[in-house]
Amino acid sequence: MTVPIECRQDETFVLNLGPQHPATHGVLRVKLTLDGEYIVEAEPVLGYIHRMHEKMAEDRNFAQFMPNTARMDYLHALAFNHGYCLVVERAAGIEVPERAEYIRVITVELNRLISHILWWAAFLLDLGGFTPLLYAFDDREQVLDLLERVTGSRLTYCYFRFGGVYNDIDDEFITGTYAFIKRLRSRMPTQYHALVTGNIILQKRLKGIGIITEEQSRRYGCTGPVARGSGINYDIRKNEPYSVYPEFDFDVPVYHECDSMARYMVRMDEMEQSMRIIEQALDKLPDGPVKAKVPKILKPAEGDYWASVETARGNLGHRLVCDGKKNPYKLKLRSPTFCNLSCFAEVSEGMLLADALAFMGSLDLVIPEIDR
Amino acid sequence: MSEYWNDVIGGSKSLLIGLSITAREFFKPVVTEQYPWVVPEMTERFRGHIELIKDEKTGKPKCIVCGMCMRGCPSGCISLAGKKPEGEKKKALTKYHLDFTTCSLCGTCIESCNFGAIQFSKDYNLASTRKEDYIFDLLKRLEEQG
Repeated sequence: MTVPIECRQDETFVLNLGPQHPATHGVLRVKLTLDGEYIVEAEPVLGYIHRMHEKMAEDRNFAQFMPNTARMDYLHALAFNHGYCLVVERAAGIEVPERAEYIRVITVELNRLISHILWWAAFLLDLGGFTPLLYAFDDREQVLDLLERVTGSRLTYCYFRFGGVYNDIDDEFITGTYAFIKRLRSRMPTQYHALVTGNIILQKRLKGIGIITEEQSRRYGCTGPVARGSGINYDIRKNEPYSVYPEFDFDVPVYHECDSMARYMVRMDEMEQSMRIIEQALDKLPDGPVKAKVPKILKPAEGDYWASVETARGNLGHRLVCDGKKNPYKLKLRSPTFCNLSCFAEVSEGMLLADALAFMGSLDLVIPEIDR
Repeated sequence: MSEYWNDVIGGSKSLLIGLSITAREFFKPVVTEQYPWVVPEMTERFRGHIELIKDEKTGKPKCIVCGMCMRGCPSGCISLAGKKPEGEKKKALTKYHLDFTTCSLCGTCIESCNFGAIQFSKDYNLASTRKEDYIFDLLKRLEEQG
């Protein structure tokens, strides 16, 4: 016979963590069963922000789905643009001019930088530190201005096109980007590392907390900084190179501690690597067209196509099934945060509530990308 | 016990570093935009809602009512109509409505226009409490601009 919840003898209780409001962007609900302050069971509940993006792709033509891609991961929108362009270009056999590939890499890496900067700011806000957010937004604003110059928008970019990019970058963008990298490098040791990374409160809250073992990470299909923080050297940019990434010299930061601090450090190191890629790309930027001649309505040959890219949160895969018509037969997305979140239930068992929140922050969740 | 003293020393060190950085930032110039007093200028490529372009020679919109923007739009937010004035060969635009509530500023309409008849505007002060305020009559807007 099951005992009703109100009569349970073990003194556990259920606490709903979120959602704050259905119209906010980060609407994740976690149903927590708590024993005092310790988590007995955690159950993430998804679906509050499901918008049927995959279904929408089926009744639009290929180009018309482009704006949707940026609405999934609003923090690394350009990588979603890139992933979708890549799979359609593979399907239709479109060659991208070299200059366009370089511009794509530069803008995607800038976008990755601000994604990590915003994660850093929001994560520290979760931990109760407000000041770093202001420094982070100061830096982020610089990149947003730069990207606004070339893309015309500040958050949900729709900049890439099949066979290239919407428009060319100018000299002011190039000098601005060099200046920003110089500025961020000078601020990194103080505003980021001295103020936060070395801070005793942060260390105490992250070290040894939220351990995702390598085995767990593989089992749940974690990718991106979560996997690299668990000692798995896996980065699509290196393992399945796409675009012009093989031409750049950069490292993949890997930490073996498996805790929240390891994931934090992976992202901090990745910011430096992104800056290295941008500098190299700007130095080597070739001349030429930024867009290939592509018919307005694409009709790729029948087939099953796959392309994956590395977003700020991990491996984003697009599977495209075509039946020779002007719209996709099926577009399936493999989003990184969904897999990264799925380990939350197992790992957070027995954790203090406050630690679980720090752990959740270290996963870098972007909910619209989980639900799509 | 030694751990306790390590925490005390480490904590005071973190505090001093934090305070020194804050103090340095305190004397730096203000970085925020003083918005209502200083109005930011939008960049050349800023994507506001679309607007019609006037043909300088005739003083009328460049649009030839082909409907490519309407068909290209992913969200179907453009609706237009035109008719041939008596004695003329070309169609003239009589209605061009943009439903900005569903527009995602992707620029597909501008790309699909072969006559360079539409462009992004620089308007960003568009707050309103009524949905109807976002159905823009772009033809009327062009006439008002003079």
